[in-house]
Amino acid sequence: MTTGSSSNTGPTHKLVEAGVTLLIALFGVIVIAGSLKAGINWGPEGPRAGFFPFYIGLFIIASSGINLWNGLREDNDGLFAEWGQLRQVLSVVIPTGIYVGSMPFIGLYVASTIFIAWFMRWLGKYNWITVLAVALGMPLVTYLIFERWFMVPLPKGPVEEWLDL
Amino acid sequence: MEELVNLFHGFAVALQPYNIMLMVIGIVLGVIIGVLPGLGGANGVAILLPLTFSMSPTSAIIMLSCIYWGALFGGAITSILFNIPGEPWSVATTFDGYPMAQQGKAGEALTAAFTSSFVGALFAVVMITLVAPLVASFALQFGPAEKFAVYFLAFCSFVGLSKEPPFKTIAAMMIGFALAAVGLDSITGQLRLTFGVTHLLNGFDFLIAVIGLFGIGEILLTMEEGLAFRGGKAKINLRVVLQTWKELPKYWMTSLRSCFIGCWMGITPAGATPASFMSYGIAKRMAKNGKNFGKGEIEGVVAPETAAHAAGTAALLPMLSLGVPGSPTAAVLLGGLLIWGLQPGPMLFVEQKEFVWGLIASMYLGNIVGLLVVLTCVPIFAAILRVPFSIIAPLILVLCAIGAYSVHSSTFDVMLMLVFGVIGYLLKKCNYPLAPLVLAIVLGDKAEEAFRQSLLGSQGSFGIFLSNPLVSTIMILGLIALFWSVIQEGYTRLRATVAGPGSRAA
Repeated sequence: MTTGSSSNTGPTHKLVEAGVTLLIALFGVIVIAGSLKAGINWGPEGPRAGFFPFYIGLFIIASSGINLWNGLREDNDGLFAEWGQLRQVLSVVIPTGIYVGSMPFIGLYVASTIFIAWFMRWLGKYNWITVLAVALGMPLVTYLIFERWFMVPLPKGPVEEWLDL
Repeated sequence: MEELVNLFHGFAVALQPYNIMLMVIGIVLGVIIGVLPGLGGANGVAILLPLTFSMSPTSAIIMLSCIYWGALFGGAITSILFNIPGEPWSVATTFDGYPMAQQGKAGEALTAAFTSSFVGALFAVVMITLVAPLVASFALQFGPAEKFAVYFLAFCSFVGLSKEPPFKTIAAMMIGFALAAVGLDSITGQLRLTFGVTHLLNGFDFLIAVIGLFGIGEILLTMEEGLAFRGGKAKINLRVVLQTWKELPKYWMTSLRSCFIGCWMGITPAGATPASFMSYGIAKRMAKNGKNFGKGEIEGVVAPETAAHAAGTAALLPMLSLGVPGSPTAAVLLGGLLIWGLQPGPMLFVEQKEFVWGLIASMYLGNIVGLLVVLTCVPIFAAILRVPFSIIAPLILVLCAIGAYSVHSSTFDVMLMLVFGVIGYLLKKCNYPLAPLVLAIVLGDKAEEAFRQSLLGSQGSFGIFLSNPLVSTIMILGLIALFWSVIQEGYTRLRATVAGPGSRAA
């Protein structure tokens, strides 16, 4: 696989870690807000629904605070990842996002075929014969194993309807 | 001797041809899962769980647990041949396994690894057979407070024993609890934390989280590194196997010690990974030729492999007898029990004898089958690793999507899986442990229920958690586990000052 550009720049580990910690703290705030809405005090059946998650939310915020403090104090000038590496990661995340987003409309089989073919052709630079063999073979095997042998239905789209599967 | 009779019944169940077939399938799938990057034990079992919905629970658990054994075996192959630990618990195996392979002794290293895995697992299964029924019958007397104390102990040992910073472990764990709380509250029947999103009515399924965090997250990490496989050829024949077997009994002491470390670490939910490191470290210190460790010493393969496998197997003891899984994979298996309509915990030993003992018997048989399969098929499994990542990766992503979809037949879950994947990537990069997060999602509802019921019984007084000797003991053990690293540090510092400077062992 190509390793993208070899430039040694990228976001610092400290920055990303602080960002992640803040996101976790934000999650804690959301949990507390939701708990307050559900009620955190005692009701007729004992502690109400928000009682337990409220304290969980407090714990999240408290531990995030300590993590943020520790992370900022740490003497770590390393990179989180190089831009080239992040591009590699995104080159998987974005297509996968399109893949899972299109699944409700075109079904799993068609989406998988396109996804595998794209991945192998774009990132793996395989010739079309190999690409087609794997991209068509995998969904077929999946169909046989899941739908036929184990009778687990998978999402289908217009093509499967047209083929009457 | 009632247990012995039960065990024989279990063997009768496990030895049915259909179940034997499932065992072989499970082991083969498991080894493949263990060999491939991005498909760990927990995640592999989670993806394949829906396949078992149409089976009887006993057959299903036999197959799934065999996938688990297979994954444990498989990790060793990649570590030794390619210096790539397929699983975190095989990292310690690379230290001496890979140098051995480079010296042309891959066959010996693999045989040693598989055999020690087998010994470790067998030791742990015998332990489970003897101890699990006792623990279960003891746990039958547990009330809500004791139950909560057991959960408390489990989660505290995570904080105290994991190598990640304690507050990151706590944060990860609490995220898990919060995710578990989303949806219908089981006690009051009230909705909470859904913020009006109908998809969240049933909360977050931990299977989706497992597939996303471990599967997709791992793929993203691998993409970043841009893996290139370069590894030795695996040749393993009967002569090498027999020769290595002749040599192995020399290391019985290392092996036994690793078995104990493994069992102990497996029961406390710290799991196989620290067990393998600890066992390697201790073996290095105790062995005669300890200074050769890291250069291809067979004992350095025996120690971590025995401990990892013993821990992986022992992790099922608390899952079966208390309903508290000792590892993420055990947590997935526990989730499977719930889906099949079985209630994990002590009642299982009373109500579902056939299931429990069928599973325990299959642990014996599965590991024998596993040893035979891996010894004979190493070249085939090693060949899988030579398939380039750009073919493997999309196939694994598709498999993860299928697994996530088939849990509830919901495409929303598939998108959720991707979100969990990105979160898993970020958390892993920032040194947050994922195992406690998953365990908290699995156990969150139960822990909360036990907590609230105890408080209900005591009218809101926290004194209930110290109200009798049993519950106090468990709670205090939990607190010791929670502050374990602090205690340990204090102890070494104390000893160092008492013994005077300069005398501290390296």
